[in-house]
Amino acid sequence: MEFQIIWFILWGVLWAVYFMLDGFDFGVGMLHGFIGKNEAEKSLAIKTIGPVWDGNEVWLITAGGATFAAFPTTYALMFSYLYSALLIILFALILRGVAIEFRGKGESAVWKKVWDLAIFGGSFIPSLLFGVAFGNIFKGLPMDAQEYHGTLFTLLNPYGLLTGIFFVLLFLVHGSLWLSIKTKGDVKTRSEQLAGKMWYVLAIVAVCFLIYTSFATDLYNNFIIMPLWFIIPILAVTSLLSIKIFAGKKWFVAAFYSSCILIVMVTFTGIVGLYPNLIPSNIDAQYSLTIFNSSSSPYTLKIMTIVAMIFVPIVIAYQIWIYRIFRHKLSTSDIVKDTENY
Amino acid sequence: MDVLTLSRLQFASTAAFHFIFVPLTLGLSLLVAYMETRYVLTDNEMYLKMTKFWGKLFLINFALGVVTGITLEFQFGMNWAEYSKYVGDIFGAPLAIEATVAFFLESSFIGLWIFGWNKVSKKLHALSIWIVAFATNLSALWILLANGWMQKPVGYVLRNNRAEMVDFMALVTNPYGWTKFFHTIMSSYVLAAFFVMGVSAYHLLKKNNLQFFNTSFKIASRFALVSAIFVLMTGDFHGVEVAKAQPTKFAAMESVWETQQAASYPLIVVPDPENERNAMEAFKVPKMLSYLAFHDSNAEVKGLKAYPKEDRPPVTLTFLSFRLMVGLGFLFIFLSFLSVVLSRKGNMESKPFFLNIMLFSLILPYIAVQIGWIVAEVGRQPWIVYSLLKTADAVSKSINTTQVLISFVGFTLLYGFLALIDVYLLTKYAKKGPEEIISEMKSSSVAQEV
Repeated sequence: MEFQIIWFILWGVLWAVYFMLDGFDFGVGMLHGFIGKNEAEKSLAIKTIGPVWDGNEVWLITAGGATFAAFPTTYALMFSYLYSALLIILFALILRGVAIEFRGKGESAVWKKVWDLAIFGGSFIPSLLFGVAFGNIFKGLPMDAQEYHGTLFTLLNPYGLLTGIFFVLLFLVHGSLWLSIKTKGDVKTRSEQLAGKMWYVLAIVAVCFLIYTSFATDLYNNFIIMPLWFIIPILAVTSLLSIKIFAGKKWFVAAFYSSCILIVMVTFTGIVGLYPNLIPSNIDAQYSLTIFNSSSSPYTLKIMTIVAMIFVPIVIAYQIWIYRIFRHKLSTSDIVKDTENY
Repeated sequence: MDVLTLSRLQFASTAAFHFIFVPLTLGLSLLVAYMETRYVLTDNEMYLKMTKFWGKLFLINFALGVVTGITLEFQFGMNWAEYSKYVGDIFGAPLAIEATVAFFLESSFIGLWIFGWNKVSKKLHALSIWIVAFATNLSALWILLANGWMQKPVGYVLRNNRAEMVDFMALVTNPYGWTKFFHTIMSSYVLAAFFVMGVSAYHLLKKNNLQFFNTSFKIASRFALVSAIFVLMTGDFHGVEVAKAQPTKFAAMESVWETQQAASYPLIVVPDPENERNAMEAFKVPKMLSYLAFHDSNAEVKGLKAYPKEDRPPVTLTFLSFRLMVGLGFLFIFLSFLSVVLSRKGNMESKPFFLNIMLFSLILPYIAVQIGWIVAEVGRQPWIVYSLLKTADAVSKSINTTQVLISFVGFTLLYGFLALIDVYLLTKYAKKGPEEIISEMKSSSVAQEV
């Protein structure tokens, strides 16, 4: 297989794993102020992601780094064309990071309130804007050989916004399922109920997204040419349905894993549909950035493939190991007992 | 101001801000790992308290280092798209490898360290901070190999209108990157050691927890002395790499205008770039400059006049930063030596004059590492990749002044806010004694509410 194709798949995997992992961090960040009715419950909700959010965010750094190393032209143009949108995501992620670490380091109610707001904004804004960015990539950007004919507001078109809302809902359901399996007591009960209710909204938006995609993008063309690939969106729909079924039976662990599969399959539906483009041009296909016209040299791709094949499995192994160490459910009494809190 | 100037200002200030936190992380992670190891080996509770006290300050600093690092990775594409297109084939690799090999490791194990106190064995807990310390230093290596390539590009050919990698091993073994790496981590260790000595001095002056802070001071002083000596040695080796690879930077660092053989080293120099000469040179040490440049007292040192004006870096800033950095480097050896001698008996509280010096010296390594980067980056100008690509040709074409002005103002406000919070939190926790921090950790405000 050509190295470009290997790196395209790996690029997709990095984004999919990033959304699957940081997705529940974002969900918890958006929800903790609502599900937590008092300080101990809010702190508890944040504490469920405490040991892992940082490691989860590195998947984004690696996705960025991999784009730079494997597809430098795409990296250069994507980041400079989407300058303002990325800047907002960056500021939001910075604020979320410090807010998670610093909210527990002050006592006053104002201190906590300010950082809670930062955690909410720092989770909601990237969720929405990653969706908007990917929606626009699916749709194609108005670019020719010289430049990008758009602004920040060009991105806020109906399809981009729908994808943004779709991402927000995916992460909200994902985050509430995470809280359902990681907590005990009232927080657990409220998270379970919320997941159940929000699922309906997610399902409606997901259907709208699937339909609108056929009008706004060319994503389905690849699937029509190679119908075997339809297995991916079918798996997405199946896992969406199984979330509801498992949640109805109170099997929240299974519901959470279904949500993981859902996020990965949604991402891969987009990735398969994009192939061989990384960023299509909606002015003319000849200006599209593809994995072939924007990639690094075969030598660089070979070196990077070797590095990835050795180290990505190691990363996955120790991250799973750390998740297992922190597998126990938390309750508000742990917040009282423990020495490190948020 | 234009896009180029604003982008340069933005990159310089965000990178400088990031490097406020990085060196303390690099050095303090090792010191905390050492303290926790002492605890595991001796079962002495004081070392556990030390681990927690210095660990708390480490974590506040660590969080800011992580979040401000993302900015730099994004900016290469956002503001320097032409650069990224031109050199991404070779420059992207070390960045991607850094994330995969080092950053994952440090970010995953820091979570285990913070929350793993009662969940994993003592040994495994101590191991996790060693892994964090190892991974942060490994991170620094890959980043400095990337920067080393910008200073001395190796292992590439110009093909398909860009620099393509042809020899990965040349990139990985680039002596410029390695000497820079050792020089950087050693100066970071000095910074962390001075941080620990400065905070300890504060408490010793107040007569708080004498044994605890005397021991902390003693550990840090030894770490400082060894590291400060290595800073000097690695700096000397790195200087030779600079002289070989970047003659214009070396000439600007020493304000040398004329090409000379067996060049002498004037201890006092007043540069006069307007007239391409030095207004004053005094106390010349014969042949010293040639020796410093090439470890050969008769070697030829190129002067700035040998290069066209447009290829020379700003002389005064590079020269002054370099001189000040070197001066501080010697001062650190002197102060650490005194610290080691004076703290031997563990009665530093009886030496308030010296403690005051060490308290206020806390800031000096921060200044030294910042101006060190000024030498490295301003001294490389007008090149972004030395002798290969000019900074002016590297900036993104698709961004406009308004965008960059907004982002620059945004960064200034956001980072200003973060700096305030950081100083507030570090001061708050540094002023508290270890007992206070540990008892507060046990009964946090949350507990009182429940």
